[in-house]
Amino acid sequence: MLDIKNLHASVEGKEILKGLNLNVKAGEVHAIMGPNGAGKSTLANVIAGKEEYEVTEGNIMLEGEDIEELAPEERAHKGVFMSFQYPVEIPGVTVTNFMKTAINETRKAQGLEEMPAKDMLKLIREKSELLEIDRKFLSRSLNEGFSGGEKKRNEIFQMAMMEPKLAILDETDSGLDIDALRIVANGVNKLKSDKNAVVVITHYQRLLDYIIPDYVHVLYDGKIVKSGSKELALELEEKGYDWIKEEIKA
Amino acid sequence: MDMKDKLVSSFLAFENTVNVDAPVHDIRSQAIKIFEEKGFPSKKEEAWKYTSLKSILKHDYSVFPKEENALDFKDVKRYFLHDIDTYKIVFIDGRYSSHLSATTHDKMDVCLMSSALNYDKYKVVIDNYFNKIAKQDGITSLNTAFSKEGAYIYIPKNRLADKPIQIIHFSTGKESAQMLQPRNLVVVEENSQVQIIERHQSLTENPVLTNSVTEIFADKRAIVDYYKIQNDNQNASLIDNTFIEQQTQSTVSVHTFAFGGNLTRNNLNFYQKGEHVNSILNGVTIIEGKQHVDHNTLVHHTEPNCESHQDYKGIFDENATGVFNGKIIVNKEAQKTNAFQSNNNILLSDKATINSKPQLEIFADDVRCSHGCTIGQLDESALFYLRSRGIGQKEARALLMYAFANNVLETVRIPELKNRINKLIANKLGVNLGFDL
Repeated sequence: MLDIKNLHASVEGKEILKGLNLNVKAGEVHAIMGPNGAGKSTLANVIAGKEEYEVTEGNIMLEGEDIEELAPEERAHKGVFMSFQYPVEIPGVTVTNFMKTAINETRKAQGLEEMPAKDMLKLIREKSELLEIDRKFLSRSLNEGFSGGEKKRNEIFQMAMMEPKLAILDETDSGLDIDALRIVANGVNKLKSDKNAVVVITHYQRLLDYIIPDYVHVLYDGKIVKSGSKELALELEEKGYDWIKEEIKA
Repeated sequence: MDMKDKLVSSFLAFENTVNVDAPVHDIRSQAIKIFEEKGFPSKKEEAWKYTSLKSILKHDYSVFPKEENALDFKDVKRYFLHDIDTYKIVFIDGRYSSHLSATTHDKMDVCLMSSALNYDKYKVVIDNYFNKIAKQDGITSLNTAFSKEGAYIYIPKNRLADKPIQIIHFSTGKESAQMLQPRNLVVVEENSQVQIIERHQSLTENPVLTNSVTEIFADKRAIVDYYKIQNDNQNASLIDNTFIEQQTQSTVSVHTFAFGGNLTRNNLNFYQKGEHVNSILNGVTIIEGKQHVDHNTLVHHTEPNCESHQDYKGIFDENATGVFNGKIIVNKEAQKTNAFQSNNNILLSDKATINSKPQLEIFADDVRCSHGCTIGQLDESALFYLRSRGIGQKEARALLMYAFANNVLETVRIPELKNRINKLIANKLGVNLGFDL
């Protein structure tokens, strides 16, 4: 699904990713953990195609295709989805119309007809129920005045609507209370299949109690410095990141 | 001969075409004197600092339409709001087109200024209202001097106009350059309501200059919604002068959609004359190229417990220039006034310009007045957010611009018109999205 090799990326001339390798297969859940400033969000944004980030070396392959040169929307059309750490407030665009536009623009790019209004409504109803989202919420302006938890739930609602092949959840657990965390995790788990893959980027272990990863990677100073099974996350939770830093120095 | 001299000397010839025994004759004669004295405004005047008429006055406009021109409805249908039933008052090169119009004298008057100025039946209304609130400045006086044709709308008390009224002016380009001076009068008596849509449309590449004057009187508890669609071509310029007088508990809204034209100047003046009056001034400007749109508004609060709401949004691309000059005057007697004004702008290009200037003159001490002005660019992080969901760059930009302007559309009370404006905006932004935000 996703194969990242020797990825170097910088923003405003400052190198953040320094030769990162990551291989994610369909059906897998990978967790990427690491201390602040390690490059976790940069990795998410680089995969999604944010233009401020410059890839200076290496490549990002999605199903065998190099997506490095593609615009963010083209990546979305190929099935890349990023759940934003800080979803942007867009006054004047309702959640429903945003999703309608996103889905139909994606379908157009894929050579499909627009989704009939009836099917769209059905899909919206189904997915909003999955995320326990109130219908009234859908006619509000996108993220405007949403609480932190509402924003994150809305992100996963969008993921449910778009049905991506590769979902990158950037700090989706931050700002969530335990109930919202459960709802969000439940949503992600329901969407998981052997055809798609999920990369969970998180600072803390608690989301991984709900979304069980197949692999856990530690990102430090722009590189994956340690990989392991889900037990690694527990170890990190318990011991913090210092021992990893020590290991690297040694 | 410059345009001013030409107009002044044309006045005699003009008088040969109208009834000089009509009472309006004195008003016209007086007005041409004012124009002769004051002439066209220059950039030296504070109110015209950012808008120069020089370039549009260099053409040798013909002042009178020489011949009657006809148009087929099918060729101009797209300029009408045609999916609902409306009254229509249509002019071609300044002359009334009975063929394209649909008017009524049944229980109210939706007819022609030329009739109103000449027939006794309308005398009382004309005597009471005609040229009573139009400014005595050069440009308005010029229109008054040549006032002959336009829309005359009179809604007697306790009446709801059963359908919207469209006033449309077409220019065909039979003349190499044409100046039009339409004159409208709208009188809405107690407890009555009307919705009016006004449009000026040039069908030619030849230069057209329209100097339009509209006087609107809203009596007690009257409700008037006035929509101006300004989406003209590159060689058509418009100076629109609108004067509104409101009595107790009346509500008047004016929406100005400025999407195109060479130079557009909107002088919009509200005079509140009763208590509990509400005045609404909304505008969306979306222009590019070398287009220029200037909104010059005045709201004069003279009585207590009144409101005014102004919301102007502007999007300027390429070398387009915009001006917003919003003046609010609150007299000493006008306590408990709520006056709000906001002007928000997006500049899409380094070469686009907006000059925004609020002017508040408040003499009462117990009022709530606010004004705000912003000038910015499209939010890059919002763009990335939309694009990351599969929305193309062009569409994402359009969606953001659309969302920016959208709240001004919320107050449009004719759904079909709202749809039409939506389409005009989508078209303007070069996208084909099913916006129904």
